[in-house]
Amino acid sequence: MAKIEIKNIYKIFGRKPDKILPMVKGGATKEEVLEKTGHTVGLDNVSLKIEEGETFVCMGLSGSGKSTLIRHLNRLIDPTDGEVLVDGQSVMNLNPEQLIDFRRYKMSMVFQRFGLFPHKTVLENVGYGLEMQGKPDEEKNKTAMEKIEAVGLNGFEHQFPNQLSGGMQQRVGLARALATNSDIMLMDEAFSALDPLIRSDMQKQLIDLQSQLKKTIVFITHDLDESLRLGDHIGILNAGKLVQVGSPVDIVMNPADAYVEAFVKDVNRAKVIKAKIIMRPANQSDDVDKTDLIKVQEDQFIEEFLPKIVCKNSNCEVIDKQGNIRGYITNKELQSSLIKS
Amino acid sequence: MKEFFKSKKNIFNFVMLVFFGWLLFISYVSSKRKPDNVGELLKFDWLQSWPKWLDLPLMAWINDAFKKLNETYGWIFEAINNFLLAMLVALKNFLILAPWPLVILGVVVIAYFASGRKIGTTVFVGFCTFFIGFLHPIFWQKAIETTAIMLISIFLCTIVGIPIGILMARSTRIRDKLLPVLDLMQTIPAFVYLIPGIMLFGLGAVPAIIATFIYAVPPLVRLTDLGIRLVDKEVIEAADAFGASRKQKLFGVQLPLALPNIMQGINQCTMMALSMVVIASMIGTRGLGDEVLLGLQQLNVGKAAEAGIAIVLLAIVLDRITQSYGETLQERSTPQNKKK
Repeated sequence: MAKIEIKNIYKIFGRKPDKILPMVKGGATKEEVLEKTGHTVGLDNVSLKIEEGETFVCMGLSGSGKSTLIRHLNRLIDPTDGEVLVDGQSVMNLNPEQLIDFRRYKMSMVFQRFGLFPHKTVLENVGYGLEMQGKPDEEKNKTAMEKIEAVGLNGFEHQFPNQLSGGMQQRVGLARALATNSDIMLMDEAFSALDPLIRSDMQKQLIDLQSQLKKTIVFITHDLDESLRLGDHIGILNAGKLVQVGSPVDIVMNPADAYVEAFVKDVNRAKVIKAKIIMRPANQSDDVDKTDLIKVQEDQFIEEFLPKIVCKNSNCEVIDKQGNIRGYITNKELQSSLIKS
Repeated sequence: MKEFFKSKKNIFNFVMLVFFGWLLFISYVSSKRKPDNVGELLKFDWLQSWPKWLDLPLMAWINDAFKKLNETYGWIFEAINNFLLAMLVALKNFLILAPWPLVILGVVVIAYFASGRKIGTTVFVGFCTFFIGFLHPIFWQKAIETTAIMLISIFLCTIVGIPIGILMARSTRIRDKLLPVLDLMQTIPAFVYLIPGIMLFGLGAVPAIIATFIYAVPPLVRLTDLGIRLVDKEVIEAADAFGASRKQKLFGVQLPLALPNIMQGINQCTMMALSMVVIASMIGTRGLGDEVLLGLQQLNVGKAAEAGIAIVLLAIVLDRITQSYGETLQERSTPQNKKK
């Protein structure tokens, strides 16, 4: 069973969304609906499955409905039509008290502009979720301190958010989300407001944390590089419609339509494609010149071994972690994988 | 015809039209000078100036209603009167009986802590307080009487105004209904509700308190509402996302973040209350206002000016204390501005 399942979600913004719904279901486009009725289609028949422990990245340009989508998961926004299941339970059927409990224990969230409480210290901010859970002060502060340390902010716990830099503020946001120990974490353009260096730093920190914690993360971004770096699966939204879902390699190698193609056009393929994707399997490689081979791990990205190949101009031997030979990469495979199709 | 009544708006318009017709009819029936016969109407003289028989008897209605109100519910007003008067007398006597240097010291201590231990503000406030009595010995007691009325009005404003502001921030429907009422409270000339005040509560301090309350509460309500609405949407979303209940969100996030604005509201409330207390001297309320009134009646420019300056000093004292408390709060929530 998928951890999170979204079934045919429609969201229409405006005065009378219910009246517009049949029109949208009938296939009217976002522009048509806006022109005829003044209603904005936020999401148009989106269905998704997100597995436990994976990082699912939802990508799209601004206005594509990605922030709307993530807010459906913890019902900060109610859908016009459709269903959201978390652990097989419909979020739509929760009564107000259940919804509050659901938000306290099941999900936590990180915001684009941090959403920190300016009147609370870092420690109080990080402990906020635990305070809502009704944990005693002692336990609350202990857990909060652990998380502050985990994101590398020790020494700042009694400062106010406004005294910290943007990157540090978002670490507080991250620590606050981690502190509740919920198994799902929603990250709404969490790193978009940070400058590139700090952003890359935070991405690395998130990857490190995720490798220990194995949470289910739903990450929203408009940055393709970020989504390729973080995502186990990526969903691409365009004008409220989900146009493609797949692994990073899928998205880059087989874009579903012109929109996705335009998106991935400029991506550095060498950064995304792993050796095992392009290798020729060992049993089909009798004609490969096996003199002076370069050894390459199967999970390495092309980028990492490309310089060696260019220098030595010889073929690669792809091995797995135990050192078994899995296949070979010749210049031909390399070339075809790097040229934009 | 059936089609016409299907729309709610049409029904409303129709009802309003009937109501207007009824008003015309009533005003004609109740007017004392009706035309003698139809012939007079046909001469069309009445188009020249407003005819006597087109006169809505609103005055009579209000007077009747008021009389009835006073007869039936007089005991409620008397209870309110006694309660407010008791509070006022207790506060006034306490301040008047205390030695004046002690009162000045009290004001200085309050100013010191409210301003976040700023020496400049504290000393300034202390001097202003001293100069009120220094201008004319009688001003000291008068200023205390004025302050006592104001403090009670502001207390009323706070316990009524802030909850109403919160309600308005929570529901757009309540807000839409209350905004015209607030406009009305601020635009109707103060004398208009001073007079019914006298009739309900008699001459003196209590109608002044009520009138001051009506005049001074709207800015507090508005600023409380605005303050809560201005709280960053993402911060509210964060509180929601972590499962804050409505109560936790209000007291833990919205009110603390709206507090600088609410304090600004209390400051505005204070200033408006002061101006009203001066006007209220015309219905026999004792205080600094009646010194101004006296100066005016005697054409004694010096006396009026002296009393005027005392009022300004009192305003400065109250303004500095409430204003600087708001600033202190604001600095706490945005600490990087502290070192200016």
